[in-house]
Amino acid sequence: MKKILSLVMLCLFLAANSFAAGMLQVKGSDTLINMVQKLAEDYMQANPGKMVSVTGGGSGTGISALINKKCDIADASRTMSNTEIKNALVNGVDAKRVIIALDGVAILVNGENPVKKLSVEELGKIYKGEVNNWKQVGGNDTPITLYGRQSNSGTYSFILEMVVKGEYAGTMRQMNGNSQIVESVKSDIGGIGYVGAGYLKEATGVNVVEMAKKSGEKYYLPDSENVKTSKYPLSRPLNQYVNGVPTGEAKEFITYELSAAGQKVVEEQGFFAITDEHKQYNKALGL
Amino acid sequence: MVRKEKFIEGFFFINGMAVIIVLLGIFVLLIVNAIPAFRDISVWDFLTGKVWNPEAYGKPSFGIVSMVVSTLMVTAGSLIVAIPLGIGTAAYLTDVASPRVREIAKPVVEILAGIPSVVIGFLGIVLVGPIIAKLTHQTSGLNAINGSILLAVMALPTIISLSEDALSSVPKSYTEASWALGANKWQTLITVKIPAASSGILAACMLGMGRAIGETMTVLMACGNASAFPHSFIDPVKTMTATIAIELGEVPYNTTHYYSLFAVGLVLFIFTFFVNLVSDTFLHKYEKVNR
Repeated sequence: MKKILSLVMLCLFLAANSFAAGMLQVKGSDTLINMVQKLAEDYMQANPGKMVSVTGGGSGTGISALINKKCDIADASRTMSNTEIKNALVNGVDAKRVIIALDGVAILVNGENPVKKLSVEELGKIYKGEVNNWKQVGGNDTPITLYGRQSNSGTYSFILEMVVKGEYAGTMRQMNGNSQIVESVKSDIGGIGYVGAGYLKEATGVNVVEMAKKSGEKYYLPDSENVKTSKYPLSRPLNQYVNGVPTGEAKEFITYELSAAGQKVVEEQGFFAITDEHKQYNKALGL
Repeated sequence: MVRKEKFIEGFFFINGMAVIIVLLGIFVLLIVNAIPAFRDISVWDFLTGKVWNPEAYGKPSFGIVSMVVSTLMVTAGSLIVAIPLGIGTAAYLTDVASPRVREIAKPVVEILAGIPSVVIGFLGIVLVGPIIAKLTHQTSGLNAINGSILLAVMALPTIISLSEDALSSVPKSYTEASWALGANKWQTLITVKIPAASSGILAACMLGMGRAIGETMTVLMACGNASAFPHSFIDPVKTMTATIAIELGEVPYNTTHYYSLFAVGLVLFIFTFFVNLVSDTFLHKYEKVNR
């Protein structure tokens, strides 16, 4: 009985492996996962017989999977570091970047918070812990509770480099994902958090703050126009990394993502379509 | 026939050894993966540093003091709640409850042990958190008290069932002797039964503690996860388990940060190993007493 059972298990295991071999593996950022999953579903529906598997884990996970040749495409909400590119080359992986969508990292506050506008500088001071009460930035006398992502998230490093430019305050609560930040800010009247634009779609009970590059300059919301023109200060491209110039299945899938139909899905998921400038960039890879 | 016997003997021997091999394997894996971390950080900084900031803007720091203190705080908090409640329940079940009540209460306690930790964590977010926030006049109830209360709920089944076993295996002659001397039920329980079962009860508490130290999902969801050094129970805390769970998923492989998480795991392993060892010693002592 035991023998038969283990035999069956072995067969299943082998079957699963060979099954996976014919499948395009996409892995990485939690910011991109919902969008890429939807893209994969639509792509598979339009092309019967094609298999794409999309998993999350974070930008870091996706990039290291690409370096170790464990996936075909890595989703990343940040760019690869020089060390990562070097490590990839050592492993014989020539990482190439494709820009598939645009994102504006949205700054959220509780729906009852009167603060509607912040400058990048003010936001930096808030996340450094130098400003710790809402009255210092024109709000009520309520202590600020900081919500952020864990240290290996692409969004964590983006805010660190673009806004904080120092160390995050130790009191920042590290949440395990974008939607947890939305939930926490919703229930915390003094809360502030940052999430990818795609997570604003169904968010209620929170306000999105208008951001300016410097205080005194014009404030912008992370909407389609402001992100595409980079007027919104926390705009960023969302990337996919591939090994060398993409060919075959990977190329087909990426071509679909960049097509008009694919970019429509991107917009439906709450992110923004790429502009001509980014299309030009992708052309260098023959896409 | 003899060959069959030998075969069966060998089979069970292998099964028994497998557990030990797995344990040793985990220990070796932790050590092998933890050692490279100390090429870049000194052991002293690791063990005495208060700041854990592995992906810093400036120089990264890898100090585990804050998270060790957080873990100990949450664990101690949970034991303060769970031990009196657990022993009380166990004493009630063995000495006071009618057989009918016992028949219902015992399975209920066991069901409590079967609730997934993620469900308990969720209760912490939606139920316990807002209540604590209101009572402490904070804007958020995700902090060390929240974690302590939830972990107490999780440690209770262990403490109750093991304490109950210990109390009910106190020989009947002890109780009868106590009654014969004119002691009432309460006096018998406090002065005879609990002291006689003390090593068993202690072991139960230690095992409950082991459960609380190693628990991950609940504390991850309910404690707020701020890496600053905690100064009170209403501060958000980030325990060792939560740090590993949050960061290991996304850390780039083979970096100092990656290895340092294994070093944290090693520290945690030593903690739980020690707790289990102590409780095992108590359990053996208690078995000897009752032989």
